[in-house]
Amino acid sequence: MEGPEKRGARRRQDQRNGLLFAAPWLVGLAVFIVYPILASLTYSFCSYDAIRPPHWVGLRNYQEMLFQDPLFWKALGNTLYMVVVGLPIGLAASLIVALLLNQKVRGIAFYRTLYFLPSITPVVATTVLWMWLLNPEIGLVNILLGKVGIAHPPAWLQDPAWSKPALILMGLWGVGGSMVIYLAGLQDIPEALYEAARLDGAGMLAQFRHVTLPMLSPVILFNLIMGLIGMFQYFTQVYVVTGGTGGPQDSTLFFALHLFNKAFTDFRMGYASAMAWVLFAITLICALVIFRSSARWVYYAGESR
Amino acid sequence: MTTMTAAVRSASRVKKARWRALGIHALLLGIGVLFGLPFYWLIATSLKPDAQIFQMPPVWVPHPVQWSNYPRALTYIPYITYTFNTLFLCLMNVIGTVLSCSLVAYSLAKIRWRGRDLVFYSLLATMILPGQVTLIPTFAIFKWLGWIGSYKPLFVPAFFGSAFYIFLLRQFFMTLPNELSDAARIDGCTEFDAYWRVILPLARPALVTVALFTFIGTWNDFMGPLLYLSDERTYTLSMGLQFFVSQHGAEWGMLMAASAVMTVPIVVIFFLAQRTFIQGVTLTGIKG
Repeated sequence: MEGPEKRGARRRQDQRNGLLFAAPWLVGLAVFIVYPILASLTYSFCSYDAIRPPHWVGLRNYQEMLFQDPLFWKALGNTLYMVVVGLPIGLAASLIVALLLNQKVRGIAFYRTLYFLPSITPVVATTVLWMWLLNPEIGLVNILLGKVGIAHPPAWLQDPAWSKPALILMGLWGVGGSMVIYLAGLQDIPEALYEAARLDGAGMLAQFRHVTLPMLSPVILFNLIMGLIGMFQYFTQVYVVTGGTGGPQDSTLFFALHLFNKAFTDFRMGYASAMAWVLFAITLICALVIFRSSARWVYYAGESR
Repeated sequence: MTTMTAAVRSASRVKKARWRALGIHALLLGIGVLFGLPFYWLIATSLKPDAQIFQMPPVWVPHPVQWSNYPRALTYIPYITYTFNTLFLCLMNVIGTVLSCSLVAYSLAKIRWRGRDLVFYSLLATMILPGQVTLIPTFAIFKWLGWIGSYKPLFVPAFFGSAFYIFLLRQFFMTLPNELSDAARIDGCTEFDAYWRVILPLARPALVTVALFTFIGTWNDFMGPLLYLSDERTYTLSMGLQFFVSQHGAEWGMLMAASAVMTVPIVVIFFLAQRTFIQGVTLTGIKG
């Protein structure tokens, strides 16, 4: 067969081609990921306005964030509200809808399309539409609430107490993305498992509890992590609704919006970089906690074999 | 005797199944109304004259149907220009992403070289990195290059690959047998030929998925244009619509018309490529 020198030439050629084909990513990784990470970490210890060169201020950005910027805590609190309240509601809703769409009934394809469509509608257009639907006086939502007898419906996006629930409601319309992923997971569950459960006398709820949930748990974990990352970066909707202010009364000032304003309105890029690292740290800690706990509630079919 | 009870039991089971199906249909329809109603209201509002928009009790079906919100909205802001701006960015991003990501994915899936695993892990690591961390230095780089206010920051990065799509394509290429690219090489093909003529044609569904996602992602992108575009004439549709809202928040008829026009192409694309689309979402989800 091939001689050793020929094999060596082949290997050298593979090495060269491999690097050559991967070159776009290698360059991109260096320029758009590795350098920015290092630079951002450096900026976070600097005062930097993107015009004059950055100059070192030590830990001052971090100190200011923790002790002198009440809006930082407000933004963090608002964001955690979305993570703790909004995310579970969204994940539960998309799971319920996915369970429903997994039924074998006539016309199901139509419903799948209908439920999925809002999730790919342009975010800005979706947001404008919901600003109209949630209009306190003449919005469709409050008109319908009035019809079912709620005399004083909330002012939604214009009321600090209701603005975040309004955004969560808006998000529910776009659950299609995670729904489709659940649906794929549901369709991968072997029918035999359900048959076996039925033979053991399991009803609908028991089947859900002992077959569907464990078999779906890896997909739930995936949607949870993706949702978490998404919530921490929640930005476009609230920028469109409030024009970047995060109002009313800072009730929708989320972490990513506060960071954006610091960087590109106040041109305090050093401070914003420090915020970005805090965001990264919090995201990472949350993700790690979820992963650690997942050993107890995520079931991988491969493990038992 | 036994046949009797069996028949009775199966009859009651059929009955039960029928009720179940009815309940499911009712639920599907109910939730369907919740999902569909906002779309209906979008279109209905866009077809009403102002007086009907603000009328109480609400007008459910616009009468007469009035189209004038559309031409008004489309001339109020330079919609045609914005559409072309957006399409240009979509096109460049699709070309850049499909080319670069498929090249890198081929390298990671079909060529054996030292350091390959390390590069693969770098993909996974960057996927959990929040965009905010790299945002400011990236902005500084583009500023240093003098690219602020131009389209370059919004499409040049696409030519350097994106972790997510490289990962997706790599997983797909792994499912294609190695014998294919090996055979091509033995037949005297260059590595590029093996990639371009053997693997790419077989990977068409995955490539279409990446192209679709990139197109829709660019079409819907807001933060990028917000950061880098300053001249109103260069705005994209997302930017234009947001600018419109911030200037004329109460012109609901025109705003709905503008939103509808921005949404229609996405809906059309979705219907044309529905199957690929769902497969793609599934592919990305499962492999994660």
